Amino acid sequence: MSNAQASRPPNTANHASGHAATPAVVCRGVTKTYGKGTSAVFALRGVDLSVAPGELLMLVGPSGCGKTTLISIVAGVLDHDEGDCVVYGRNLKSMSNAERTEFRGKTVGFVFQSFNLIPTLTVAENIAVPLLIAGSSRAEAISRSRDILGRVGLGDRWNSRPANLSGGQQQRVAIARSLIHHPRLIVCDEPTSALDHKTGHDVMQLMREVALSSGQSLIVVTHDARIFEFADRIARMDDGKIESIDTPGRALAASHGAVP
Amino acid sequence: MNLLAIKMLMGDRLKYFGLIVGMTFAAMMIAQQASIYSGLKSQTGTFIRQLSNVDLFVMDEQVRFSEDYKPIPDTALQQIRGIDGVSWAVPIYKNWLRARLEDGTRLTVIVIGLDDATLTGGPAEMVDGSLADLRRDPGVLIDVRDAATKLKLERSGGVPIKVGDRLSINDTDAVIVGSYRGNPSFFWEPTIYTTYSRALRFAPRERHLMSFVLVKLKPGVDAALVQSLIAERTMYRAKTGPEFEAATSGYILKQTGILVNFGLAVILGLIVGALVTGQTFFNFTLDNLRYFATLRAMGVSSLRLVAMVGSQVFTVTSISFGLGIGLAAAFGVIITKTDLAFLMPWQVLAITGVSMFGVASLAALLSLYKVLRLEPGMVFKA
Repeated sequence: MSNAQASRPPNTANHASGHAATPAVVCRGVTKTYGKGTSAVFALRGVDLSVAPGELLMLVGPSGCGKTTLISIVAGVLDHDEGDCVVYGRNLKSMSNAERTEFRGKTVGFVFQSFNLIPTLTVAENIAVPLLIAGSSRAEAISRSRDILGRVGLGDRWNSRPANLSGGQQQRVAIARSLIHHPRLIVCDEPTSALDHKTGHDVMQLMREVALSSGQSLIVVTHDARIFEFADRIARMDDGKIESIDTPGRALAASHGAVP
Repeated sequence: MNLLAIKMLMGDRLKYFGLIVGMTFAAMMIAQQASIYSGLKSQTGTFIRQLSNVDLFVMDEQVRFSEDYKPIPDTALQQIRGIDGVSWAVPIYKNWLRARLEDGTRLTVIVIGLDDATLTGGPAEMVDGSLADLRRDPGVLIDVRDAATKLKLERSGGVPIKVGDRLSINDTDAVIVGSYRGNPSFFWEPTIYTTYSRALRFAPRERHLMSFVLVKLKPGVDAALVQSLIAERTMYRAKTGPEFEAATSGYILKQTGILVNFGLAVILGLIVGALVTGQTFFNFTLDNLRYFATLRAMGVSSLRLVAMVGSQVFTVTSISFGLGIGLAAAFGVIITKTDLAFLMPWQVLAITGVSMFGVASLAALLSLYKVLRLEPGMVFKA
């Protein structure tokens, strides 16, 4: 048994079937088209997906298959054309722009492929951003960001600039930023693609431990088969659709060309 | 969040100083060009402003500007003195005459003849002698700054003219009895003061010789009322100082290409300065587009994003504006001792400030457009 599997929460068995009692995310028939007429690009062609609270779902598939579009819609960053997408009971389609902005600030945490840390701010200030957006005082936000830095193993680097950290450390900071305001859903876009194997492994381990221990749901877009082991389920996308949803073992086998 | 925006602005020292330097240069250029234009325009009214104790200038109705010599008869003086509301009225002569210095150097001078009794309108700051010395026949006063430049003895190797030297004006002898420090004027010929009666001796024979009648009103009298009375009872026109000054600068602006060309230079300076400001800030915001998009994704509202960029615009533009105006003012102080034109009234500060804040805000908003439209590709792109 790997470290990743060992650290899974006890309700993992439920997630494997994809049917938790109160789903964190439910998407039904979600479509998205960019452009119009002959130049239209069908990014999503009727996606059905559900994610349970406390579940870590990975979205995998070739470039351009719609993974980023799907997490953008689920995170409330992008409008979808048809279908429904309900996140923690809120139907994104029925929200105004202002409501969706507020929803993102309160409910969603983001981890980006290239970290997107603001280079002119210190590590603590970067982590404090979601709290400042929520209206916390600067002193409180900085104090809490220093606390969470300790949890990701960077307690002594709170006053550093991102440029002075390694890639793995920067991603840890990004994870701390995504967690500090206790969002119920965290979306991660290729969180390990800029990291070496060991660092990527450590980062995923951290995300499982810190995020899932609080019951938060994670959707991780990745090409990196080496981190499949951290997922509860893996949804394989192609051409704007979810082709299959597997356990990590089956997905890993499929990625090596041998489906058990 | 606005504090974060300021930290985003100042965090990268190199970019921040580049931004400040670029925008300071823009502010300096706008303010300096506008101040030079303003100074030139102001210098067209030097003669009029020097007569600050005069309420009205009465002149031939065809006079277009302060140097336009269209004399009126002496009888006009008596007519005007008889108008209700006039406290006193004195004649003044002002014309361009030929002069010859002791060594034979020939030049044109502006001769101003002051009322013999009161010497009203004389220079405010005497350097050598006193205004009363004009009563010594055939005395004249020269501008101390002209002595070594425009009035120097060219044919004797450029020796400055001095008190006690003689010259002839229109072939009539004159002696320099004093010197004054005048304000720089747009009109380039040296100005020589003398008495009204002596000026008439210098002037070529004409039927009428009086240039203007200077009028002081009784306390509390409405200038417009006296102007209309003068228009009714005489065939002359009365203008207040500001009106005469505006007419003079307007005429110079219209008839010569000097102010127009300089005005174009000001507009060019404004455009270049505004473009530098806009381009610099546009680039700065574009550089930070990814981070603004990240903040937008993380729940920062459009309004707050605009406020953040607004605080950046306000901070960097205020600092650049202050530094630019300071540098332009320092330039003005440096050239104070010369005849070069430089005047920085509040309008120059307003124009500079509005241009800079306006263009920087516009540039920032244009660059923010993409963020406000939020493309997910921008947030999630590697």
